[in-house]
Amino acid sequence: MTRAPRVAVIVFPGTWSDRDFADVAGLIGWDARLVWHADADLGDADAVVLPGGFAHGDHLRTGAIARFSPVMRAVEAFAAAGGAVLGSCNGFQILTEAGILPGVLLRNDHLEFRCDWQPLRVEHAVGAWLGGLTAGEVIRLPISHGEGRYYADEATLDQLEATGRVVLRYAEEDGRVTPDANPNGSLRSIAGIVNERGNVLGLMPHPERAAEAEVGGTDGLRILRALDGWLVAQPAAAERRL
Amino acid sequence: MRWLAEVHVRLQPGIADPEGQTIAGGLRALGFEGVADVRAGKLLRLTFEATDRQAAEAAVAQMCSRLLANPVMETADWELSADETVAVGIQS
Repeated sequence: MTRAPRVAVIVFPGTWSDRDFADVAGLIGWDARLVWHADADLGDADAVVLPGGFAHGDHLRTGAIARFSPVMRAVEAFAAAGGAVLGSCNGFQILTEAGILPGVLLRNDHLEFRCDWQPLRVEHAVGAWLGGLTAGEVIRLPISHGEGRYYADEATLDQLEATGRVVLRYAEEDGRVTPDANPNGSLRSIAGIVNERGNVLGLMPHPERAAEAEVGGTDGLRILRALDGWLVAQPAAAERRL
Repeated sequence: MRWLAEVHVRLQPGIADPEGQTIAGGLRALGFEGVADVRAGKLLRLTFEATDRQAAEAAVAQMCSRLLANPVMETADWELSADETVAVGIQS
């Protein structure tokens, strides 16, 4: 790809991480555009980011109202066509409510809002966003949520595991997955999953908050920067968008 | 005519409910030692127009399946009644 990736950053009423993504976009050379939730069109975007926050106040359930915003029809079509989609925190919750990713995010088991740096074990370095990582390594990203307890029924969990779609797990610094390292009671310590084709990633942590050494770490950049390589390797996407 | 539906949204059985567990702990701390379990949920009180009971039932079922409950982790049930508060002038 010879030009900057065009990334649509979706903004709902109550989204709060959109400006952080736009700021990081400047660091890594993305052509980021903020897209209001009432817009029905993503334009010529190469990728879509659903940032964290409290879309529509998270009333009823996290993401429950947001999934019916006009822009989500375009996001669903974009994801179904194989476009790169990243949903972080509230964005992950919206992706599950929309049925783009399976499962749901429930209230943290200890009922507290948890804001901290969190080690994560990379289980599978696959798809649009994880190509810059290595399976088995431990990365550190901030978490910041009150509703991050991943839940799906046993059959769904088994299928996710069997198909290599559980990509990030909460872990100790040394990579061991333990109950103590699980910050919210997520089943099987799941922190992030991808869809069947790997083009959609949902994760509770915030890669955009780990983009500068001055704020504590840069592992988030390794996730966001992977998009460039993935877009180059996607002939279908290249034909469609370039 | 106008209908009133009280929709109960509940977490499916078997899904951990830390809010309910915390409430149960509070009740036991107050001396209600016989409290075995508490499950928290939501009560949504809907007032809406529908031509007859059948249409009203269908509308509530649709509202529950499309928005009010997430079948991945919740169930919904409801009680439907004709809303007579308007006709008799009672402020609810």
